[in-house]
Order: sequence, then structure tokens, then C-alpha cells
Amino acid sequence: MKKKAQTVVKVSGGLLIGFINGFFGGGGGMLCVPLLEKVLGEPTKKAHATAILIILPISVASAVTYLVNGYFSLAGTLSTGGGVIAGGAAGALLLKKLPPFVVGIIFALMMVGVGARLAFFS
Amino acid sequence: MKILIFIIIGIVGGIIGGMGMGGGTLLIPLLTLFTETEQHVAQAINLIAFIPMSAVALFIHAKNRLLDCKYLLTVALPAVAASIPASLLVKYVGGKSLSRYFGIFLMILGIYQLVSLIVVKVRKRKNQSNKDKISLYKSVYK
Repeated sequence: MKKKAQTVVKVSGGLLIGFINGFFGGGGGMLCVPLLEKVLGEPTKKAHATAILIILPISVASAVTYLVNGYFSLAGTLSTGGGVIAGGAAGALLLKKLPPFVVGIIFALMMVGVGARLAFFS
Repeated sequence: MKILIFIIIGIVGGIIGGMGMGGGTLLIPLLTLFTETEQHVAQAINLIAFIPMSAVALFIHAKNRLLDCKYLLTVALPAVAASIPASLLVKYVGGKSLSRYFGIFLMILGIYQLVSLIVVKVRKRKNQSNKDKISLYKSVYK
């Protein structure tokens, strides 16, 4: 890819990731990893790590904006956040023990199912 | 009781996120479906809940030299710039509609993940069988 074209892809990819992550309050990582890995050709591990580097500032900026607009729940944030920390450590350990293909398929099916429930039956 | 459900949902989201599979995308609908949290508030919870974990992960990745800072200017900066108007825009979208759009977004992500996982698996199997053939030839024509 030519350098100019690559810059256009990066910037427009960034704009899309930021918009989605701000609008839906998440999901930017799932767009950022394929952008880095499939489009820009970074190795898998580096793509996952660098995606966090990109998502973290967006999440902070969006979180502040949501807070300013009054969308906040102290009890919900503290208890969910505590769960995420415990779960995150467990997930990092489980990654070496569980077959990633099977787990990935299960999560993907869950996303389709939950998504359909929200989109059509709510 | 409700706090316990929040914690369990956090653990589930954390496990998925810790495995690098986008835990936030499932955490939000779990919150709205099982704790009756309003969609906007669920999104705000998700945004904050993953910050400490991401910071720790980032620290570890930085130590392992897996971060590529060249994307900060070209990808992260426009992303931050786009995220603020998007976060302001949700104020004008009702919780029900936002939840419905989120459902569609989730389905697209799920289908994409299914397809990409299967494509990678098939490709790997093909490469493996090619390698097996090559080693078979090598063993025959030594």
C-alpha cells in the first residue's frame, strides 16, 4: 500500500473506531484489532496490544463525556469494575488452558444471539 | 443481591476481555438484560469498568515491547476526536432505539468473528496439509 493511501486508511479507521466506541460505549477494540492485523498487517499479538493503546484514550474521553451528560451509576460501576478486574486476570490465565477456537465460536454465537434479542425482541 | 449480579456480569465480561475477545460488547447487553440498567448508563459503566484492566494490560504489553506508538498520531488521535461528538450524540437517541442499534451492531460483530475464526481455521488446516505433503515428498525422494 502506498504511504498516502495507508495514512488515509489509518485516519478514517481511527475516526470510525472512535465514533463507534463513543456511540455504543464499547466495541472499538473489536474493530481496531482487525484494522491493525488484517488491513495494516501487524502480527496478532502486537495488534491486540496496540489496540488497547488506542482504545484506552477513547474510553477515557467517552467516559468523561458520558459523566458530564449525567449517565453514571456509582454502585454499578464499582461492582462491575471489580468483577472485570477479577475476570480479566482469570481470562488471561484461561487463555493458555482453553482452546481459543472453541471459545471464540461460543462468544461469537452469544453475540449473535444477544444481538438478535436486543434488535428484534425488545 | 443486585450488586452480586453486577459483580458476576463484570467477571464474565472481564474473562472475555482478558482473553482479548471484546468483553465490553457482551457486558453492556448483560447489564441491560439482567440488571435493568438503562442502555446509556450501561454504556457508561462499560467505558469506566474496563479502564483499570486496560491500564494493567497496557503496562504488561509495554514491558514486553508489544506496543506500536506510531499509531497514536494517525489512529488514536482521530479516534479520540470522533469519540467525543459520538458520545454527545447519544444524548439525543432514546434508550430503546440505542439498545436496538446496539443489538444490530453486536450481530454484525458476532457474524464477522464467526466468519474470520472459520476462515483462519480452514487456512491453517490447508497449510498443515500442504506441509504434510511436502514432508511426505521429502521422505520419499530423499
